[in-house]
Amino acid sequence: MNFGMILEMFPIALMFGAPIVMAALGGLFSERSGVTNIALEGIMMIGAFAGASVTVVLEPITAMAPWLGLLTGVAAGMLFSLLHAFTSIHLKADQIISGTALNILAGGLTIYLCQILFHQQRTRAFSYGLRKVTVPLLSKIPVIGPMLFYEMYPTFYVAIVLVVVTWFVVFKTPFGLRLRSCGEHPQAAASMGINVYSMRYAGVIASGALAGLAGATMVLTQDIQYTVTSIHGTGFIALASLVFGKWNPWGVLGAGMFFGFSQTLSYYAKDIKILASLPLEVFYALPYVLTIAALVVFAGKSVGPKANGEIYDQGKR
Amino acid sequence: MANKKLGDTRKGDALLVPVVAVLLGFAVGSVVVMITGKSPLVMFNAMLQGLTGLNVARGSFNPRYIGELVIQAMPIILTALCFGFAARTGLFNIGAEGQLMVGSLAATTVALLVRAPAFIHIPLVLGAGMVAGALWGAIPGYLKARFNVHEVVVTIMLNYVALHMNNLMILNVFGSVDRVKTAQFPQSALLKDPWLESITNGSRLNWGFVPVLIAIVVYWFVIEKTTFGYGLRAVGYNKDAAKYAGMKVNRNIVLSMMIAGAFAGLAGAVITTGTFSFGRALSAAEGYGFDGMAVALVGSNQAVGILLAGLLFGMLKAAGPLMQSNGIPKEIGGIIQASIVLFVAMKYGLERLISVLRLRRDKASALPVTGEEAGV
Repeated sequence: MNFGMILEMFPIALMFGAPIVMAALGGLFSERSGVTNIALEGIMMIGAFAGASVTVVLEPITAMAPWLGLLTGVAAGMLFSLLHAFTSIHLKADQIISGTALNILAGGLTIYLCQILFHQQRTRAFSYGLRKVTVPLLSKIPVIGPMLFYEMYPTFYVAIVLVVVTWFVVFKTPFGLRLRSCGEHPQAAASMGINVYSMRYAGVIASGALAGLAGATMVLTQDIQYTVTSIHGTGFIALASLVFGKWNPWGVLGAGMFFGFSQTLSYYAKDIKILASLPLEVFYALPYVLTIAALVVFAGKSVGPKANGEIYDQGKR
Repeated sequence: MANKKLGDTRKGDALLVPVVAVLLGFAVGSVVVMITGKSPLVMFNAMLQGLTGLNVARGSFNPRYIGELVIQAMPIILTALCFGFAARTGLFNIGAEGQLMVGSLAATTVALLVRAPAFIHIPLVLGAGMVAGALWGAIPGYLKARFNVHEVVVTIMLNYVALHMNNLMILNVFGSVDRVKTAQFPQSALLKDPWLESITNGSRLNWGFVPVLIAIVVYWFVIEKTTFGYGLRAVGYNKDAAKYAGMKVNRNIVLSMMIAGAFAGLAGAVITTGTFSFGRALSAAEGYGFDGMAVALVGSNQAVGILLAGLLFGMLKAAGPLMQSNGIPKEIGGIIQASIVLFVAMKYGLERLISVLRLRRDKASALPVTGEEAGV
């Protein structure tokens, strides 16, 4: 393993990492408001399907098609997550069951629509997804330039901006304080005049927007079309990053990028002496094993939102 | 009649929610089919055919569909028993998928490496699957009991670990020509039987249904009829009370996850040596775990309920190819299934709806004149 190889790995790792971070930030909003969201995977599928479909259809008309695709992914994710919000907040459904239903629904619905729209099991292939950009001037900086600013997908910068925005919104604004209070002790929040229902709706819909964006990003940077395996568990890796990053935006960034690297490493392992003898599957399984280890290490310490996954019942104290 | 309130329950209500949820699920499916310009009647005809083998439109009968229905129902009934068993102990086991995969890996190992006559080989294969599933289930159980780590995240993560471990073993240890299948299992390890195939007109029906039926009976017996099962349920109802009553809560959690895992592991063994005859590397999870969760939820975690719900969802899967050939994408089955799960999850809303409707009807029959204000 030499220095050049690390430089070469960077853009690829960041390409894998960006959607993981975006979706995990979505999970952060939802879980900080007290609603567990294991439907990140399903919402990503919906976002990816919407993003890919819009890109394919608008491609001949406008060069902005992939960006419109991203926006559609956001909108579709928000709409889809409303279902989770409605059942788990208003109808007091078990959040795990509701999330699971969304995951099953996403797989069925997207492929069903593919068959109706494109008459096949997947969307039509688009000719270009998002295009890579090189940041002028910054890319000339030695070492950091080629690592972060040369031939990069713009969605990586979007992800970084979202981390900062999330940190600011959740930890530095009154809205964020209210959101977090609903995830820690909703009854206490309600006694201070906070509308727990609307805060939780906001949390879940924000998670839908971000996970939808993540799905669209993923399909438009790593794929040529949407298929049922386009997302292949990235939503669950995002969930893992959320736990690993201790429900904190900076932690999520670190964890998401780390998991992005572990995926990239599997491609480069054959060129690295110490790793060459390890089978690829070890790298694939790594994020999941590490997450379990992290959970054990965090055990007993209160790192996650206290009322996460709890059904809000006004009568309870 | 006067003291009827919201939330008032009656005998049979436990059954009402799943039944209403199933009906609403089919309604949603029909609406989706109609919106996309197809006929729901075609869909229902395909489902009837999947369930009974009868084609009403053409007046023909083909038992192959019944065989396929059973094949589809077998693994999801077992994963439902897996989810249900843990749920009765108050545990949320999303790990059936992973427990199934290690079960099928263990079954593959025994099928390929052991040479024995069928009456020894088959029990060994099934037993290996169960033991592997139990051990895989013990991990989240132990972490929950010892460190109080939430089982949902751990089981989700373990599903992926199991997937990659399965592929690692199949591709690197057993070897595979096409990077998918291992070598064929010897005949002595297989649950397949030409006679069963012939009476169902060439379906993939095999003896796997026997261990499935036994598993359902064992599930019912252990949970409902034994002191051990009572202890497990007590932990599910109220952990602290169970502890106060002197029950070994932590031990029960681990044991419950192990038994649950054994059901899923058995499913893996049944699929590998019944539906298939070789070990497989998988590109992604096949959804048996989530299907099982759906089955258990609709079946209210009761043995009989799980059997019926398993057959229902098995029918949805078996009818898929029939619908596809009639121009309706087979994914409609998944949409219906997800809707049913969503409606079951909305239990609180459904119960409210049912009791409001009931209140309205009761008041209407008591005071027909003021029926209008009854729903308030």
